[in-house]
Amino acid sequence: MSDIVLKTEDLTKHYGGVHALQGANFELKRGEHVAIMGDNGAGKSTFVRQITGVEQRTRGKVWLYGEEVDFAGPLDAREAGIETVFQTLALADHLDVPDNLFLGREKTKWDWLGPFRVLDYKAMRQDTMDALQRTGVKIPNIRNTIERMSGGQRQCVAIARTASFSSKLTIMDEPTAALGVQETAQVENIVRTLKEAGQPLILVSHNMRQVFDLVDRIIVFRRGRICANLDIKNDDYTGEDVVSYITGAKTGEEYMETAT
Amino acid sequence: MADTSHGTGGLTFDNSKRSWPNELNILLALVIIIIVFEIIGQTAPYMRGQSFLFDTKDRFDSIFNEARLQIIILQVAIIGIIALGVTQVIITAGIDLSSGPLVAATAMVAMSFGQTELVNGQPNPKALFGPWAMDLPVMIPVVVGLAFGACIGAINGTFIAYLRIPPFIATLGMFLICRGIALWWSGGNPISFPTEQFAFIGSGMMPVVWFIVLAIIFQIIMSYTVYGKHTYAIGSNEEAARMSGINVKRHKVMVYMIASMLAAFAGIVLSSKASTAQAGMGEFYELFAIAMAVIGGISLQGGRGSIIGTVLGAMVLGVIRSGFTYIKLDGSYQLMAMGCIIIAAVVLDQYRQRNRA
Repeated sequence: MSDIVLKTEDLTKHYGGVHALQGANFELKRGEHVAIMGDNGAGKSTFVRQITGVEQRTRGKVWLYGEEVDFAGPLDAREAGIETVFQTLALADHLDVPDNLFLGREKTKWDWLGPFRVLDYKAMRQDTMDALQRTGVKIPNIRNTIERMSGGQRQCVAIARTASFSSKLTIMDEPTAALGVQETAQVENIVRTLKEAGQPLILVSHNMRQVFDLVDRIIVFRRGRICANLDIKNDDYTGEDVVSYITGAKTGEEYMETAT
Repeated sequence: MADTSHGTGGLTFDNSKRSWPNELNILLALVIIIIVFEIIGQTAPYMRGQSFLFDTKDRFDSIFNEARLQIIILQVAIIGIIALGVTQVIITAGIDLSSGPLVAATAMVAMSFGQTELVNGQPNPKALFGPWAMDLPVMIPVVVGLAFGACIGAINGTFIAYLRIPPFIATLGMFLICRGIALWWSGGNPISFPTEQFAFIGSGMMPVVWFIVLAIIFQIIMSYTVYGKHTYAIGSNEEAARMSGINVKRHKVMVYMIASMLAAFAGIVLSSKASTAQAGMGEFYELFAIAMAVIGGISLQGGRGSIIGTVLGAMVLGVIRSGFTYIKLDGSYQLMAMGCIIIAAVVLDQYRQRNRA
């Protein structure tokens, strides 16, 4: 297997006349945690939606572990090993924790019954408990429906879902945007657990402290283009540097020609 | 909320609000309604102390007034079968208005293959087709009827899921189309005199048997199968269902097909019970089926409710109808009162949900 987990080349998305994403060249190495930052509308979420198959890109190429991929939908991406926590939580409010964890990939018995094959609740509950333990998520009662949970618990369920399927790549789109301090801390702990386990991660975030705490590298988007690639583990960057990249005061050398 | 403490991890929360399923509330409402009718029966001077559901005659072989119980259940059984399908549609946050006319259309289509050749030694006076369609095995009208329903459901589902027509409009159109088909099929003439086998489907308490059996089957399907789980997921958060990899469009078509097949089966049972099929059959059935589901706690926003709830909702509607007749309430008042009860059920449900959030 290739050492590059994810690679994109000239990834571009136009919504009608709006050029939401322009020629993004991106690389993620094995075990690496990378943050994507940028102002609102800079193309962060658009970028995530293209590589997870939620939307179809206008042009460009994507490789996952050296293999060129072309996802027709989110399920394809998931089957290929990309797990995503979306900005808008992709949870069904009236279902409980195991139901949500296994939504779309239920464990079943009697598969010859086709769409009416029987759910293996017991196995799914057991796996849910295991997954929550592994990721350090504490949820007192997994039989509770999502609508009865706090924002933090919901987010933890969403993250546990991505983390529990030993994915090849985890993507989190602003996972702590709506959370309190304690809840944010727990989500960050899950991210650290993933790092220790050597699982690669792309984190979309606005939170400078969080990004500096958690990741190895920052990619900055501006007006639909990548404008900086900052190795914060090895080079000496400050939050102020990152802000000036985000606002356009500075531009990474290798992006001088393209970024505006 | 006693212990919503934000302790370690901030993730403990109140467990005491769990349990107490909505179905118990409806059961409670059912009991209260029965008690109210009993009290009216015992106290109102014009009622002369009759009992609503209990046997007050000087016999010891039964406690209940079985005749009335049977009528109540029989009254709701056929519409109840429709309501089982409508429930599934509403759980996906859709609606199906076409079921009433579909009952009539299916009754016409199925009955025309379920007629008997000779009536009292004479040729069938209501024969629609030639002798080739007479005295066919009972499977043929049933299968033709269900296939007809499946087609209508597939059309509904395709327009709603793939062409994104709002369910209300798509099924409103199908409402008129089905009524038209029912009238066109035999040029407005009734189709009568079924074969003995076909007449058996809806004879006696058979509609009740079908209703109960189908209710049990669909309760199991909705709770324990992938189909049921995905139906709830789509109604709960369609976007999440899609992102989880559920084929939402295909699933919706399947839900509308099943709903229409249940309505078609109700049409078969109704025509068999009445021994005739007429284009005007099943008037307002779609609305009563929706009412049963709504009284039974199925949320029109989707994602919430159960088949058991709808069965209880059907019983509430049946008891109210029968009770109004029992206390000799005029038909016009009955309709008004029933309308009030349906609105009250939704108001109560929304109040309950807001309290819980």
